[in-house]
Amino acid sequence: MITLVASTIRSLGRLVINSLTALGRVALFALSTISHILRPPFYPREFLSALLNVGYLSLPVVGLTAIFTGAALALQIYSGGSRFNAPEVVPQIVAIGMVRELGPVLVGLMIAARVTSSIAAELATMKVTEQIDALVTLSTAPLKYLVLPRVFAGILAGPILVGVADSIGVFGGFIVATQTLGFNSATYILNTINFLTGADIISSLAKGAAFGFIATLMGCYFGLNSGRGAHGVGAATKSSVQAAAILILAANFLLTAVFFTA
Amino acid sequence: MIQFDNIGKSFGSNPVLRSVSLTVERGQSMVIIGGSGTGKSVLIKTVLGLITPDTGKIFVDGQDVTKAKNDDFLSRFGMLFQGGALFDSMPVWQNVAFRLQRGHLKRPKAEAREIAIEKLRRVGLGPDVANLLPAELSGGMQKRVSLARAIATNPQIIFFDEPTTGLDPIMSSVINDLIREIVVEMGVTAMTITHDMTSVETIADKVAMLHDGAIQWCGTLNDMSHSGDPHVDQFINGRADGPIETLR
Repeated sequence: MITLVASTIRSLGRLVINSLTALGRVALFALSTISHILRPPFYPREFLSALLNVGYLSLPVVGLTAIFTGAALALQIYSGGSRFNAPEVVPQIVAIGMVRELGPVLVGLMIAARVTSSIAAELATMKVTEQIDALVTLSTAPLKYLVLPRVFAGILAGPILVGVADSIGVFGGFIVATQTLGFNSATYILNTINFLTGADIISSLAKGAAFGFIATLMGCYFGLNSGRGAHGVGAATKSSVQAAAILILAANFLLTAVFFTA
Repeated sequence: MIQFDNIGKSFGSNPVLRSVSLTVERGQSMVIIGGSGTGKSVLIKTVLGLITPDTGKIFVDGQDVTKAKNDDFLSRFGMLFQGGALFDSMPVWQNVAFRLQRGHLKRPKAEAREIAIEKLRRVGLGPDVANLLPAELSGGMQKRVSLARAIATNPQIIFFDEPTTGLDPIMSSVINDLIREIVVEMGVTAMTITHDMTSVETIADKVAMLHDGAIQWCGTLNDMSHSGDPHVDQFINGRADGPIETLR
């Protein structure tokens, strides 16, 4: 019995230590990345390529996710609001729901699924095939050449994608509300515009930047620290998406607390 | 001159290098032989700062490498990686000219491309491959491109990590001859890691055998066949029985 308790405590202790060690490593990697972000050399071509991948090529998936979510949200709010004899709140709640929460979180999770995984797989493959070592021998720091362009692209593309997702999500709600729920178009738009504040939009874009940073950083971290072989690449990809998704949701809670409970 | 002074390196609880001391003279072609997992690649990577040794020091022309991992220092080296390690997102010429497009060796794009094509020609590849991606090349061609990249900046020291792995015997022979020609022609100091005894005979001025984390034997190519060391004897003759333990 005592042995079982001791073994359980030991396992728990090991888990806590390993988790804290991993968190510490990620934090050091993040600090190192941030501290180099404005120091030359810069690689504009790699940055533009990363911006294309993180931002432009994510637009279809982000747009589709947002429009269906906005549309579903309008239906849910209409149905829920009717129970309280307040179905007319659809435009306001769709706007606040999309801009404050769903837009940024969905963009974060979509970037984690699409971009984090591809960055992790790409860098892990480069590591396994010694391309990272080759970079070092060619006097090129992997942090500068591979990490910074991607992370900077994430920070820049995140708010843009969130802005697009917010707009398309609100538009999805607008289509459903005006075409099937009998709302007047002009009133819907007016209610949306009047209800949203500058703080809502700023918080949304700030979350986009933070989630873009987290998603790209996790892809780079797990890619550069992958194990050997195909299994190592697979494990790095899986871990990067898991870590990015969890950190994005945790950061969303913290940022919401900072922006809306102060 | 490269001087390894009591180099030790462990990965976790596994000591790969225990105490390696070895000197490679300037202009010499040293080949390191030894079984799989004996730390041959690790030894080369310690010079380039890719792996930091736990103990010991490495000097290149008297300079401690742990204090000299900058752009100038690294530009003295070229390396041919085991799998080529070509950047698969770039065309061949950009792979070869990679170093010539950044840092203090930076050249205008047209000049860098010109040099890349000249180096490709030196390793037997025509300018028609310059715009291909590495994935479009055969294994032998990829090795040649990697070799062209290793010599692109006219380095003083070149490392060759298993240069013939994965190639057929004819292509292996071609690559071995090419390496020997380049080493002699450029007058570089070379360190090669290989299991391939044909490579050893073609490339080496001197041979060192790494076993159990230390240099088991070191001597000239001519002395290798009558080294008197049972480990060397077993290895070069490819015998399963002998002092080197093998898994069966």
